[in-house]
Amino acid sequence: MTEYLRPRTLAEALAARAAHPDWLPIAGGTDVLVSAPHRPAPKGLLDLWRLPELGGITEEGGGLRVGAGVTWLEVQRDARVRARASILVDAAREIGALQIQARGTVGGNLATSSPVGDSLPVLLALEAELELASTRGVRRLPYPQFCTGYRKTALAPDELITAIVLPPLAPGAHLRWRKVGTRRAQSISKVMGAAAIYVDAGVVRRATVAFGAVADRPVRLAAVEAAVAGLPCADASAAARAAVASSISPITDVRSQRDYRLLVAENLVARFFAGLDASA
Amino acid sequence: MKLELSVNGRVHHAEVSPWRRLLDVLREDLALTGTKEGCGEGECGACTVLLDGEPVNSCLVTASQCQGRELLTVEGLAAERDGQELLHAVQRQLVACGGAQCGICTPGIAVCAKYVVDRGALAGVSDDAARAQVRELLAGNICRCTGYQLIVEAVVAAAREVAPDAPTAPTGGGPR
Amino acid sequence: MADPSPAPRIGASLPRVDGVAKVTGRARYLDDLPAPGAWYGATVRSTVAHGVLEAIELGDGVDWTQVAVVTAEDIAAHGGHNLIHLIEDDQPALVAIGATVRHVDEAIALVAAPTRELALAAARAVRPRIRPLPPVFTVEDALAAEVRLHGEDNVFKAFLIRKGHADDAALEAALASAHQVIEGRYYTSPQEQMYIEPQAMMASWQDGRCHVVGSMQCPYYVHKAMKALLGCADDGVVITQSVTGGGFGGKEEYPSMLAAHVALLARKAGRAVKIVYDREEDIAATTKRHPAWIHHRLGVDADGELVAIDVDVIMDGGAYLTLSPVVLSRGVLHAAGPYRCPVVRIRGRVVATNHPPHGAFRGFGAPQTTFAYERQLQKLALARGEDPLALRKRLALRSGDTTATGQELTFSVGTDEVLAAIERVAGPSPEPRGTSPHGAPLRRGRGVCFYFHGAGFTGSGEQRLAGRAQVAVIAGDDAHPARFEVRSSSTDIGQGAITMFTQIAAASLEVPASAVQVIEPTTSAVPDSGPTVASRTCMVVGGVVERACRALRARLLAWAEAQPAWKGQPLVEIAAAMARAERGELAETVQYDPPPGIRWDDATYTGSAYPVFGWAACLVDVAVDLDSYEVTVLRCVQAIDVGKAINPVIVRGQIEGGTLQALGWALLENVLYKDGKVANATMTNCIVPTFADAPELETILVEVPYPYGPSGAKGVGEIPMDGPAAAVANAVEDALGCSFDALPISPEAVAGALGERTRSQP
Repeated sequence: MTEYLRPRTLAEALAARAAHPDWLPIAGGTDVLVSAPHRPAPKGLLDLWRLPELGGITEEGGGLRVGAGVTWLEVQRDARVRARASILVDAAREIGALQIQARGTVGGNLATSSPVGDSLPVLLALEAELELASTRGVRRLPYPQFCTGYRKTALAPDELITAIVLPPLAPGAHLRWRKVGTRRAQSISKVMGAAAIYVDAGVVRRATVAFGAVADRPVRLAAVEAAVAGLPCADASAAARAAVASSISPITDVRSQRDYRLLVAENLVARFFAGLDASA
Repeated sequence: MKLELSVNGRVHHAEVSPWRRLLDVLREDLALTGTKEGCGEGECGACTVLLDGEPVNSCLVTASQCQGRELLTVEGLAAERDGQELLHAVQRQLVACGGAQCGICTPGIAVCAKYVVDRGALAGVSDDAARAQVRELLAGNICRCTGYQLIVEAVVAAAREVAPDAPTAPTGGGPR
Repeated sequence: MADPSPAPRIGASLPRVDGVAKVTGRARYLDDLPAPGAWYGATVRSTVAHGVLEAIELGDGVDWTQVAVVTAEDIAAHGGHNLIHLIEDDQPALVAIGATVRHVDEAIALVAAPTRELALAAARAVRPRIRPLPPVFTVEDALAAEVRLHGEDNVFKAFLIRKGHADDAALEAALASAHQVIEGRYYTSPQEQMYIEPQAMMASWQDGRCHVVGSMQCPYYVHKAMKALLGCADDGVVITQSVTGGGFGGKEEYPSMLAAHVALLARKAGRAVKIVYDREEDIAATTKRHPAWIHHRLGVDADGELVAIDVDVIMDGGAYLTLSPVVLSRGVLHAAGPYRCPVVRIRGRVVATNHPPHGAFRGFGAPQTTFAYERQLQKLALARGEDPLALRKRLALRSGDTTATGQELTFSVGTDEVLAAIERVAGPSPEPRGTSPHGAPLRRGRGVCFYFHGAGFTGSGEQRLAGRAQVAVIAGDDAHPARFEVRSSSTDIGQGAITMFTQIAAASLEVPASAVQVIEPTTSAVPDSGPTVASRTCMVVGGVVERACRALRARLLAWAEAQPAWKGQPLVEIAAAMARAERGELAETVQYDPPPGIRWDDATYTGSAYPVFGWAACLVDVAVDLDSYEVTVLRCVQAIDVGKAINPVIVRGQIEGGTLQALGWALLENVLYKDGKVANATMTNCIVPTFADAPELETILVEVPYPYGPSGAKGVGEIPMDGPAAAVANAVEDALGCSFDALPISPEAVAGALGERTRSQP
């Protein structure tokens, strides 16, 4: 019989996590309960849904701290996220549909860290840090150090994800996001990407570009970022496109094909950097 | 574990494994079979219920997680007045507009549409914009019979009935 | 006191009779029915596509004393026959030891247990041992016949239709004499029905009689199959349809298999057993639309008149024959399209492979061949520089013309009406170039198509079936008012049969709708009206119900004429009085009476293929995103000649539902096989359109009455599925300037085609 605990405080949750590292932490359940009758029952459930310390969106050091228990619907409704991290709202609106957005959480998408996790390229592009807590203390990790492989993370068996921290946006930022899924809504991504492009005086000073569904994990496109740094805006799109192929390694599966994913990733990257002059 | 579930304003008791899905407990333990299973993957929305007022797939929630929270299922949409059943506007319009065919997706659609309509999400916008919003907000409910058109018309008609001029509350999901 | 409301009008939209039950969640589908003490069944399936079943082993970790296990041996042990009776009895209910496994996910053994968990665990613990044989997965390999799956040549069925020529040489001569020949090769993909209620069935045995209840389209198909399986008489098995959550053809033949399984388990377990498939099992194991490969040649003279059409259709039938011959038949009968042409040859073959059997799906072969001929017509219009709609207007069949089988059209030909309707609403084509909200370049285009669909069974099918329906008077009592009961085996699978029957019965009896009750189809209480397929429920069975009601009304009025107390009273009160006065049941049973002049020759495939055709035209506008290669349907208009819309809202619902299934098939639906197994057997990966994928659908009901249908109605269920895929392909071609001859027109396909064009035009 599966055990069940609904802790009332984070401290209680961390203690239970430390005591029962083999229990399944669950918040919205939208990943871990898919086809549940065909999954082996876990030893226990550590129910984090609506745990107060995991909720809430607060300002922190000019940036935003988003609790791991915040749902995608709450992300969409938050005016500060809309103003400062619009692409996180854009991604939130394309995660599943209403029922999934009402239940799925920021922390859940991170914990699963599927290559098709829709928020993950956005968090990469925004250079978000994860806040991880255990009875041993709190640490912060940037996402590239958190996700270590196909659905693999650096989360220790006694740790919980408590928040993401979005640093303040540097001036001149242009945010970009596009998901290309299997259909218009309630879809799994075939390719999706996000970018934060920092422009000053008609020149791309710096850019962070991240894609999902094109590698074993969500990835930053370092070659693209290097290719555009310092380029006049008018030249950035072509340079960015040319650097995509060396940065990603998409596969063919039941949802799409390698060549298509590569081509669309190139198109999206080129589009992200197109018209920066006009929209500056 | 012993569970106390508040469904449609009534408290129910059940003895369940904490791993059991809300969907199964509703259907098997509480005999509330209006909530349907179409996929078990959170894709089709036939099992949609409102949990603390928000639409969720009951195949992706454990019943244990619902203890102490408020649930509304399709059985709770209609009101009762003087012993007579008073259908919710979305139920009435789904019948009137032809928005239900085989009916297996209908409970989930009715529940989700009730959420959309009662929040006034379609108030104060043009019919074209309202139809587009319904298409976004109900995208988690798959219907294979209707082509959706008559459901969209039913939900917009219900919204006009419920809140002709109410201000728009944020629901998320819809186009801005 | 009788309900004083007036009788419903034909052509007015009576609200769905089962509507309130459905919106309140009270409608009970199979898995909602109380089943105290029932066990849960599960199916052990093959993981091998082709092989010999050598043994079935029961693994460890399960207390087998708590589980009922059924294998093929249990069937013969009770004097039954291990087969699912349909056209040919080639499919077993369970593969027997020593027999051949023919597809992945074929049923090998069955288990039942008191809980679903135990049943699933037990099914996992049963291990079939199969010696693999070389499988056949392509139609080329099937036709090469190096591995034999069926007969000498692996061809389940072949058809040849000839019109206006004696032999192949004459056909080639006609094509050779043509001013221009358009030639194309087309592929259409398999498609999953994706009814939202998975297959579900429950059986119990009482006093040696087997009772089966479940989700199905055709209770008498199941009845016949169960009699053969169990080796019993007509009254040895009773089949009841529960409220059914969609079918679309997918619950035409497969329910016979599931009924066999629950019946065998219930006998073995000694109690009721139910099986409700989960989505993955349903997608993996049940039938799909046949994929088809079509080679089409079309010759025109210098004036652009058609001089010859040659079509060759090959379908993959899968591992068993099931309904493949009739699917192919409908496919070839529609393959020349609704166009005037003196010389036509149509060849068709459906072959055996080691895929799970393909089967019935709305349209039943016609959507496949419609896609091919309407792409051909588009290419002809482009080649001639002629307006696509004008071309179709010029070449279309009209009253007095003959079809490919030599059927002379003499009534209810809606060609001009549907084409005019589309022309009227078409408006200007969309702006060819634009930009998406993401900044991506867009290309827009428009496509049209014109098509027809034979309503009712093919050829002499309806005469052979001789479908019957009954209308009876129930006198009522203190608690229940008197009423008229409509008894037929036609099922409501969402298409509105109950409401349509209620409306026809009430209108022809001239009583309020509340005085009519359409009863649940159960084979012990309703006559065999034929299956719920082929767009025949309203046109054929509705017509039978109408005649039964008229006869009953005449009888009641004649009786009342002689009874001063009842003369001029409401009919339902007359009926109650007469029923009380007479002994025995007061009822009228009517059998289908084919319209005059129907002649069909099965040997030569000539004559009246269908009693009547529905006619349709479709217009589609699309936008293609050149960053993602996604095609968006901006607009879809269907103008469909339905003869008479008994209930316009229900007819709209049928048309719009079929239209979206067709748009889904055109753009995003697909079934992927890997080594004979469905590789995308989840709703996440076997996708169908959502609310957000569907365009606003515009439906124009055109009514060119069919003189032998109820109030002029003819079939509507399938026709909307046939045309839109071609209209989409034509629109995408218009937008991009390259040809799309295979379905689905996925973003990957669009990217590939554009890439090819870029490479070929450096």
